[in-house]
Amino acid sequence: MAELLFWPALLLYGEAAVGYFGDARRPGAAGRAATWGVRLGWLVQTALLAVQAARDDGFPWTTWAGSLNLFVWLVVGAYLIWGCRGAYRLLGLAVMPLAAVLLVVARAGGGTGLGGRSHYSNLFLVLHVGLVLVAFAGFTLASALSALYLWQERRLKRREATIFRRPAPSLATLDRVAGRTVAVSLPALTLGIGVGIGRLVHDGNRIDALVVATLVTWIVWGGYLLARARGVTGRRAAYVALAGFVLVVLVRLALPASHFA
Amino acid sequence: MRHLVLVGTSHHHAPVELRERVALDREQAAALAERLGEAVCLSTCNRTELYLAADDVAAAEQQAVAALAELEPDVERALYRLHDQAAALHLFRVAAGLDSLVPGEGEILGQVRAAHEAGTPGPLLDRVFHQALHAGRKVRAQTAIGESPASVSSAAAALAEQIFGDLSGCRILLLGTGKVGDQAARNLRTRGAEIVLAANTKTEREQLEAELARVDVVVSSTSSRGVVLDAETVDRARRGRNLLFIDLAVPRDLDPAIHALDGCYLYDIDDLEAIVSETLAGRRGEAARAEALVAAEADKFLEWHASLEIVPAIASLRAHAEGIREEELRKADGVLGRLDETQRRAVESLTSQIVNKLLHLPTVRMKQAAVSADGVIYAEAVRHLFGLSEDER
Repeated sequence: MAELLFWPALLLYGEAAVGYFGDARRPGAAGRAATWGVRLGWLVQTALLAVQAARDDGFPWTTWAGSLNLFVWLVVGAYLIWGCRGAYRLLGLAVMPLAAVLLVVARAGGGTGLGGRSHYSNLFLVLHVGLVLVAFAGFTLASALSALYLWQERRLKRREATIFRRPAPSLATLDRVAGRTVAVSLPALTLGIGVGIGRLVHDGNRIDALVVATLVTWIVWGGYLLARARGVTGRRAAYVALAGFVLVVLVRLALPASHFA
Repeated sequence: MRHLVLVGTSHHHAPVELRERVALDREQAAALAERLGEAVCLSTCNRTELYLAADDVAAAEQQAVAALAELEPDVERALYRLHDQAAALHLFRVAAGLDSLVPGEGEILGQVRAAHEAGTPGPLLDRVFHQALHAGRKVRAQTAIGESPASVSSAAAALAEQIFGDLSGCRILLLGTGKVGDQAARNLRTRGAEIVLAANTKTEREQLEAELARVDVVVSSTSSRGVVLDAETVDRARRGRNLLFIDLAVPRDLDPAIHALDGCYLYDIDDLEAIVSETLAGRRGEAARAEALVAAEADKFLEWHASLEIVPAIASLRAHAEGIREEELRKADGVLGRLDETQRRAVESLTSQIVNKLLHLPTVRMKQAAVSADGVIYAEAVRHLFGLSEDER
């Protein structure tokens, strides 16, 4: 069943990525088709996750690949909040190819199948894995918004005559939405890290590289919010967000093997 | 059968000196429409058009030409006369902004709606105007023809929206009293921005710098020969805030180095004209897609209009068949009277189905013939073959 649901989800995310690419070249029908691809793909992936949860009788995303599957679902879900609006279609061009690729990686690692189990309690896993993933999904979206900000700002600086050909949200909107997304995500990460460290201390385990990198990520995104509070917005804030995203990629893709083991 | 008749003139056919003499305000247009009977008068700065529904095309045309010639005799040579399909297609193109000076301009849709409301339309004009408004809205929703700015002043306002988003609460500093600058400021104001200072050469430097710390957009169009605002002053005064500078003056008022400052965007008249030119090219590109949508809508209208010709014949044919069915059932009442209610209903249903099935294909064919302009011939043939009387027409 999970296998049956994986392929349509991937196909729809892939269609959305291609559609957004087409929309960037010629706005119109391709963009609308892409938005439907995101909506339907997300619903199919939701069904996939529901099947995983039902069959495994617990929190089934404890493996690195499993958590990547959940992460993709959260990123696409967060994108859907704005993604249906025409002005945010360019954001889809950044998010959907990434989502499709990560879903393939999750499957390659066995994260879209059944049978994942953990000796940890469900409550701990939901609070730790769930909250950290929610935060990282938010950071990913904030980074995409920041990338869109930098792209749009560059077009304004270059005084491109074609600036109105591809609609994008205003710089002020992109900056504000990115800031708000991080403001919601950081407390989630704080809580997720807190729960994880609590368990670590309780079990007498050692801090590994992933924990250190996650703490550095927390510091960078915390610095982002602090800088914004002190008036650092716009282009400089967007650069900090991209630096934070590099750490998110590192934490999500490069380091997790030992942590999940 | 009612025909759609259009007589009018537009910027394609008449210069402004002529157009202004036949231009009508809302009340005058309403009065003229009322005088002409079943009519709608569309009068804008680019066109004055009379749409009439009439049985006699030539007489209606003559009536409309006379009405416009009454306003200005010279207009007669600049009038176009269209009817039925061509008139409908013209109205659809007008509503979609495809016949406008700037392709895709949005104001015309509201003007078409207002003209329809002020007119004295019957069923035909009601239908064609509703469908034209629908076509106009569809073109705007499904193409990008009306999305981008088409003038220097609207390009300036659109750039401000691209930076600040919603302009309500945005503050503008207006330097100079040039007409172009005034237009740009007015365009920004219609989107919610407010002018905090209209400065001239006598405005104190300190006051100017103080205002720079508060404003979001600076529009400049002075006749000064030198730079009015340099990058250093701007950097000092703006306190790190984003600022959009619109320099509409020639020679330029604002130091080009301002654009290099972080968060400052300076656009001069050439930059804005390049945007407008690109936009217009884009609109022309979208116009091809819009024309296809409009043509499809016009075809739907044609279908409906053509069906008017054939509908009475179809109705009388069906009534004739239904009459025969009921008559035959009555004749067979002696036999059918022995049937119970269920059996009787079954016979009713069976005979109805036979009639419907027999008439289905002829009905479809007659509707198809109506669209391909053979409707009258088919209608006459049906009346002749089935002996439909004049009363049944």
